[in-house]
Amino acid sequence: MLSTDDVKHIATLARVGLTDAEVTHFQKDLSAVLDWFEELKDVDVTGAPAETSMAPESNRAAADVDRVSGEAPRILENAPGKKDGYFKVKSVF
Amino acid sequence: MIRELHEKIRSGEKKAADIAAEHLARIRERDGNLHAFLDVREAQALREAEAVDQAVAQGESIDLLAGIPGAVKDNIVLAGERTTAGSKILDNYVSPYDASVITKLRAEHAVILGKTNLDEFALGSSTELSAYGPTRNPIDETRVAGGTSGGSAVAVAAGLVAYALGSDTGGSIRQPAAFCGVYGLKPTYGRVSRSGLIASASSLDQIGVLASTTEDVAIVLSAIAGADALDGTASERPVPKYEDLLTGDIKGKKIGVPNEYFTDKLDAKVKAAAMAALDVLKSLGAEIVPISLPHSHLALPIYYIVQPSELSSNLSRFDGIRYGLSVNDQVDSLERTSTLLETYLDTRKVGLGPEVKRRIMLGTYALSAGYYDAYYKKALAVRAILRQDFQKAFETVDVIFSPTTPETAFKLGSKTDDPLKMYFSDIYTVTANLVGVPAMSFPIGTIVDDGVALPIGGQFMGRWFEEETILNLVHAFEKADKRVSL
Repeated sequence: MLSTDDVKHIATLARVGLTDAEVTHFQKDLSAVLDWFEELKDVDVTGAPAETSMAPESNRAAADVDRVSGEAPRILENAPGKKDGYFKVKSVF
Repeated sequence: MIRELHEKIRSGEKKAADIAAEHLARIRERDGNLHAFLDVREAQALREAEAVDQAVAQGESIDLLAGIPGAVKDNIVLAGERTTAGSKILDNYVSPYDASVITKLRAEHAVILGKTNLDEFALGSSTELSAYGPTRNPIDETRVAGGTSGGSAVAVAAGLVAYALGSDTGGSIRQPAAFCGVYGLKPTYGRVSRSGLIASASSLDQIGVLASTTEDVAIVLSAIAGADALDGTASERPVPKYEDLLTGDIKGKKIGVPNEYFTDKLDAKVKAAAMAALDVLKSLGAEIVPISLPHSHLALPIYYIVQPSELSSNLSRFDGIRYGLSVNDQVDSLERTSTLLETYLDTRKVGLGPEVKRRIMLGTYALSAGYYDAYYKKALAVRAILRQDFQKAFETVDVIFSPTTPETAFKLGSKTDDPLKMYFSDIYTVTANLVGVPAMSFPIGTIVDDGVALPIGGQFMGRWFEEETILNLVHAFEKADKRVSL
């Protein structure tokens, strides 16, 4: 069983703010799912590759040519804060 | 159905604009209850249809999908229009570009009537987890549509559109298709470009088609499949005209039936419906072959490690800085003392629903230092073993058959309190995504529950890039017209 501190720690790593009620809920839910994962523990995976890609054809690269996308203004239109063609964020420090 | 409509439009017997208007009227009449649509594109759709009528009037030849009313799941983007992915965090998001499947549909002069409802970020199995409210099953409005492409399935089932695009990460096309009594195909991973699909889990996601006949599914697949410079995983294999390969001849086709999918735990009526479908296929000349997929029971735990892991990474972009909702966005305000980290935490606290948070946290945990090897890396290795089960099975059989779902459409609200219960809805569907094969759900009959005859679906999984084999088997079954009523 995860502790409430574990849940809060995972939430911070995940950049997800939680209400107190959610912390209690997720403590139970996440623990149940993690218990379920134990089924994989005893599977012998000797020689099985840990593949992250499902791509049917490997390493298909795009042509290496530069271009002007011209999309920056339209992309910025979705930003909540912007200034002089840049995203605006709070100072990090 | 698409072919008949096409013939009417092409011959001038009926105007595409009138067909669009009729369907829009049907949406106005029914969608207040069903809630299949998040946005209806009335003005744009009519303009698209009028352009087709003009082309016909000028004697131009038109494509099969020209003027045919369709719908698109609201996690596939259209340039200059809102795409929410069913989430409040993207409530005001306007895409700067078209998804590659939309570019292909526009090239055929398709008419898109609207954007369909989904579980938030395509996470769920019922379309109840949309931040904009649930979609209801047209066969019984007290029941779920299935999910996550529930809006697309209902739009087709209620006759609001001729076809709809969906996306399928673990069954999100096939399960709602089964619950609503329509046809739904998840193509092979890499058959259809994912560019412009808001990512859930990148190694599992695939765009596919829901429609009311096998031929219609085939026609739309031919239009949207193929290589794409904007998706490095989209295959360069040639795309056949799938609709021309529906011969209906399935003599000698070997249908594998895995004993792991037909245990005592399977509901007796669901099992009876599946067996009845196999009898029909056998009478049409197919051969039924018992097979074993020994690692099947591990598919769900693998899925619920891999999917949340990829999701947690993909959804990190929704941080209140670049798109959509932002809490504390008044960065100039001197009264606010919040930090950048607090902007992230607060925005995602308010903007994301509980299931999205749950999965992001699961994924973050599975990928975190100290747990990565035990969870994520282990799951990938077992996934490779599962894939070997399928490679071996496909040496002796052409397709693998199972029910699509372990049950018929359940009541709204009956599973929302228990995430694990909801996860088990996907028991027959997640495997096709984990191994990357094409899979299709098709109506095999109805089962009466509470006095209502509810649809039940059968599923074929086929070899990689052999969609035509599945489509032809389903087509033969459809034409035999021998669905069972239990």
